[in-house]
Amino acid sequence: MKHDEKNGKEKNKQREILVKVLRYIRKYWFFLVLSIILAALSVAITLYIPILTGDAIDLIVDKGMVDFVGITLILIRIAIVMGIAGIAQWIMNVCNNKITYHIIRDVRNEAFHKLEILPLKYIDKHSYGDVVSRVIADVDQFADGLLMGFTQFFTGVITILGTLLFMLSVDVKITLVVVCITPVSLFVASFIAKRTFSMFKAQSEARGDQTALIDEMIGNQKVVQAFGKEADVLERFDEINERLRSCSLRATFFSSITNPATRFVNSLVYAGVGIAGAFSAIMGGISVGQLSCFLSYANQYTKPFNEISGVVTELQNALACAGRIFELIEEEPQTPEPPDAVELTKVDGTVELNQVSFSYTDDQKLIEDFNLSVKPGQRVAIVGPTGCGKTTIINLLMRFYDVNSGQIKVSGYDIRNLTRKSLRLSYGMVLQETWLKAGTIRENLLLGKPNATEEEMIRAAKAAHSHSFIRRLPKGYDTVIAEDGGSLSQGQKQLLCITRVMLCLPPMLILDEATSSIDTRTEIKIQQAFARLMEGRTSFIVAHRLSTIQEADVILVMKAGKIIEKGTHEELLAKGGFYTELYNSQFAV
Amino acid sequence: MKRLLVYLKDYKKESILAPLFKMLEASFELFVPLVVADMIDTGISHKDGGYILRMGALLLLLAIIGLVCSITAQYFAAKAATGFAAKMKHALFLHIQKLGYTEMDTQGTATLITRMTSDSNQVQNGVNLVLRLFLRSPFIVLGAMVMAFTIDIQAALIFVVTIPLLSIVVFGIMIASIPLYKKVQGRLDAVLGITRENLTGVRVIRAFHQEEEETKRFEESNQTLTKVQMFVGRISALMNPLTFVIVNGAIMALIWTGAWKVDSGVLTQGQVVALVNYMSQILVELVKLASLIINITKALACAKRIEGVFEMHASLTEPEKAVDGWQKKEGNIVDFNHVTLQYKNAGAPSLTDIDFHVKRGETIGVIGGTGSGKSSLVNLIPRFYDVTEGSVCVNGTDVKNFSLNELRKRIGVVPQKAVLFAGSIRDNLLWGKEDATDAEIKKALQISQADEFVAGKEEGLDTFITQGGKNLSGGQRQRLTIARAVIRKPDILILDDSASALDFATDAKLRKAIREMENRPAVFIVSQRAASIQYADQIIVLDDGMIAGIGKHEELLKTCSVYQEIYYSQFRKSKQSETEIMHGEDVG
Repeated sequence: MKHDEKNGKEKNKQREILVKVLRYIRKYWFFLVLSIILAALSVAITLYIPILTGDAIDLIVDKGMVDFVGITLILIRIAIVMGIAGIAQWIMNVCNNKITYHIIRDVRNEAFHKLEILPLKYIDKHSYGDVVSRVIADVDQFADGLLMGFTQFFTGVITILGTLLFMLSVDVKITLVVVCITPVSLFVASFIAKRTFSMFKAQSEARGDQTALIDEMIGNQKVVQAFGKEADVLERFDEINERLRSCSLRATFFSSITNPATRFVNSLVYAGVGIAGAFSAIMGGISVGQLSCFLSYANQYTKPFNEISGVVTELQNALACAGRIFELIEEEPQTPEPPDAVELTKVDGTVELNQVSFSYTDDQKLIEDFNLSVKPGQRVAIVGPTGCGKTTIINLLMRFYDVNSGQIKVSGYDIRNLTRKSLRLSYGMVLQETWLKAGTIRENLLLGKPNATEEEMIRAAKAAHSHSFIRRLPKGYDTVIAEDGGSLSQGQKQLLCITRVMLCLPPMLILDEATSSIDTRTEIKIQQAFARLMEGRTSFIVAHRLSTIQEADVILVMKAGKIIEKGTHEELLAKGGFYTELYNSQFAV
Repeated sequence: MKRLLVYLKDYKKESILAPLFKMLEASFELFVPLVVADMIDTGISHKDGGYILRMGALLLLLAIIGLVCSITAQYFAAKAATGFAAKMKHALFLHIQKLGYTEMDTQGTATLITRMTSDSNQVQNGVNLVLRLFLRSPFIVLGAMVMAFTIDIQAALIFVVTIPLLSIVVFGIMIASIPLYKKVQGRLDAVLGITRENLTGVRVIRAFHQEEEETKRFEESNQTLTKVQMFVGRISALMNPLTFVIVNGAIMALIWTGAWKVDSGVLTQGQVVALVNYMSQILVELVKLASLIINITKALACAKRIEGVFEMHASLTEPEKAVDGWQKKEGNIVDFNHVTLQYKNAGAPSLTDIDFHVKRGETIGVIGGTGSGKSSLVNLIPRFYDVTEGSVCVNGTDVKNFSLNELRKRIGVVPQKAVLFAGSIRDNLLWGKEDATDAEIKKALQISQADEFVAGKEEGLDTFITQGGKNLSGGQRQRLTIARAVIRKPDILILDDSASALDFATDAKLRKAIREMENRPAVFIVSQRAASIQYADQIIVLDDGMIAGIGKHEELLKTCSVYQEIYYSQFRKSKQSETEIMHGEDVG
């Protein structure tokens, strides 16, 4: 009972997915209709040619009894329809390609578009590998299934219907023989398919495990090598590899029985037609030519059954993959901007946090009743032990996450009433986790201001002290760097990220451990540049090195999601509290 | 592909038997038209019902033999293909593991991962298909021709012309599309790259409001992929219609020749039917082949990509005869003898003429500007890179003469980027020492100042860490990576700016705990913080890849201008009270 219910649900889900797929196809209805018409045409001709050859053979009776004129006429006819069928087939294939590749292009674009508007919560929670494999591998599988479906399913079904009609027109009794035996092949195919389904599932699970291990170990090969763990990792790999091999063997073998089994049934059909036809010919029911054409029909008729049973498994796989993509596409996007969202044009620099509460998970409270009022041009430093919620504040300021309750106001507007674009562009952000995209240094620097001039860029690079090392790279500003900076040092990457912001000159700044990997000498020079930049600009600074924040107007000392101390460097030192403790530890041995 | 065939070696039996049984099946299939011809010529013309039934039974028997043969073949093919893939993946993984830092820097991991996963799967499918069908199809095609010869030599000549024509079409299309499929995979790599970038850089992209530009970039890249796919699709789409036309043309020729031959009494009507049947069989086989050829072509393109990995040679080589340099118990532990290092494809050396010597148990501070070569220097000790000139010796032996494993076993490395693996905290620490007891683990956690937060976790050592340690804060991750290095009780401990996410108090406690370790290792501390290295036995000051000064804090403060600059940049506020602080702390 329960099993049936589950089956029913799966079926429903598959149907839902199918409906969604059809929605994508709708755009290409013209090509689809054309493809179906051409399929019908080419199938009709493929079936018509055996009739013609049969007719021709009937004209070749015996020595001296050959009707050459009749044969010539028939051959001309064959040549014409054959040419038409060839062209029809090619155009049909091209149509199918067009439909398939354009649909997957559309699906990928939509998935990517979704990626850009998903809340960060989703992206932080899912492993990159999982999302990437949805956009790449799953879509690919889906495309394979779709293409196969188009090319084989249609022609298959039309062939079956067509052959049936033709056979009926030739001889009803023999046709009945065929019709009675063929369902056996479908039965055999579905019997095998049901049993192999669980094997396929086991295979893809093992494959998933293996991919996860490869991703983790090759991704962190440097650590693996540093600890000399290659042999252990290889052992783990081999264990999964062996499991995958045996799952894969079973799935491959059992699924591949389908074809011989259905082919066996076909042979039965063929033998049946042969015997029935021969007897019928003896009794004068049909001619030898008709029998020959019948036999070739019997072959053609059963073949699509094979293919369709193959396509059905492939299609199921494709639908499962499509389901995973649709899951991503239908994921709840970030809260849309209200229609009357305000474009923040004049940033006066006030930032206010009123009774803000926030947590990443429901069961763990992080920030509660957080209040802060920043005046224009103030430099706010946030310090505190790791895990106290410093980075979370930045997530909230940039509206990467929305507050659970309370509100954040910038220049007097609740940030939820502002366009995200104008809010985010009013901040310049440098994070500890440097991120550079694959491309030239120049492309990376111009990210925030694509139309900056060469002079502006170099000026910014000089201010951020990245100019001298960039100049020494093999191709200077046009040096191509790999994703994540390749062989640049961590500090150099940070310098590039700082240059990027220096170029934009945004009205407010967020620096989260922006200079943690930069040596202090360079840091001081950058600080001076920052200081000039920060003049009159509201800025938020998170840092461990207390030397970098001593000049802040307000220092917030956070602990466990709350502000426990607040004041200037001198005030806090005089207080002799947690800050003093942190400060003095700098000089400890 | 040739290179990869080695991995089929252990499945020689299977990879011979599979096609063999396929051929057997195919040859029985070839008898079918003969039997039918007999049925028509003898059975019908003599109106012999018994003969027809006997021939029918023969057809049935052929079908059963065919079934058995083909199932046997499928089994062997599946076994060989999956076994082959497993062997190949094993070898590939082993090979990638041997690639050094240099190769990883230039290749990037993403492409290695896709080659190990999706490309390998494609090749496995390809091998399976080839074993099952690629021999069967030519066999049926050629077999049909041979059978045609048994009927009539002149008629068979039509087959002789048709078959090479078909091969030209099939192989021509294959040869034309292989490089295109490689291009498709390459374009797919690019689409994957952009997707990945947008996940890892989501914050920066949104902060700079690059969503629209990125979407445009993605759509462009996606469009070029679609274009190549369409192009290669258009070429492969030729296969079916062309073969269809050729085979039907051949059938027409057969009918025409057959007509003349029957007219002159050389052939019978039944024989013409058989000839036409053989030709149709070729068509059926080719139609089947056409849809598989796409898969095989793809597999070949993927095989090339995998071979590309095998062709990548590790730049680090194990010594032919490794020395056991660890017998020595005295003398210097680390010597840098006039070392110069220049990375591959770099314009200038990263380290130049570095010369210093470290005694057992000493603490070495390495400090210097951004990009001055600090990490490069310590990376030479476990031989992550090979020096360009000079030599690095550990325990008196050139690192090139150790087996890599032996060398690295003695060294605890805490890399700049804190990497943890999916598994419990305990699992992660056991990376450092496989057989560590819980007591040893606790000790290591104490040293790395991680005991408190681990104890605070409900499940303690069994707390599960997700891949990359996403569920821990940066500082927590760093402390666990330190514990992982400390637990192996190394002779040399390298901390590569690995306390950057720790607050100063924790950093200081950590250094104190390391100093108090039993059998104190030689410690290399790479840091930006002057305070972290101030009390080292030797401080190496690097400036643009060269040693700007080496010595103790007090000496350097007097003699080394680069060091002075660094130091005062961090203590500028308290310059006047500097002596006071130092003395105060020295006593405490």
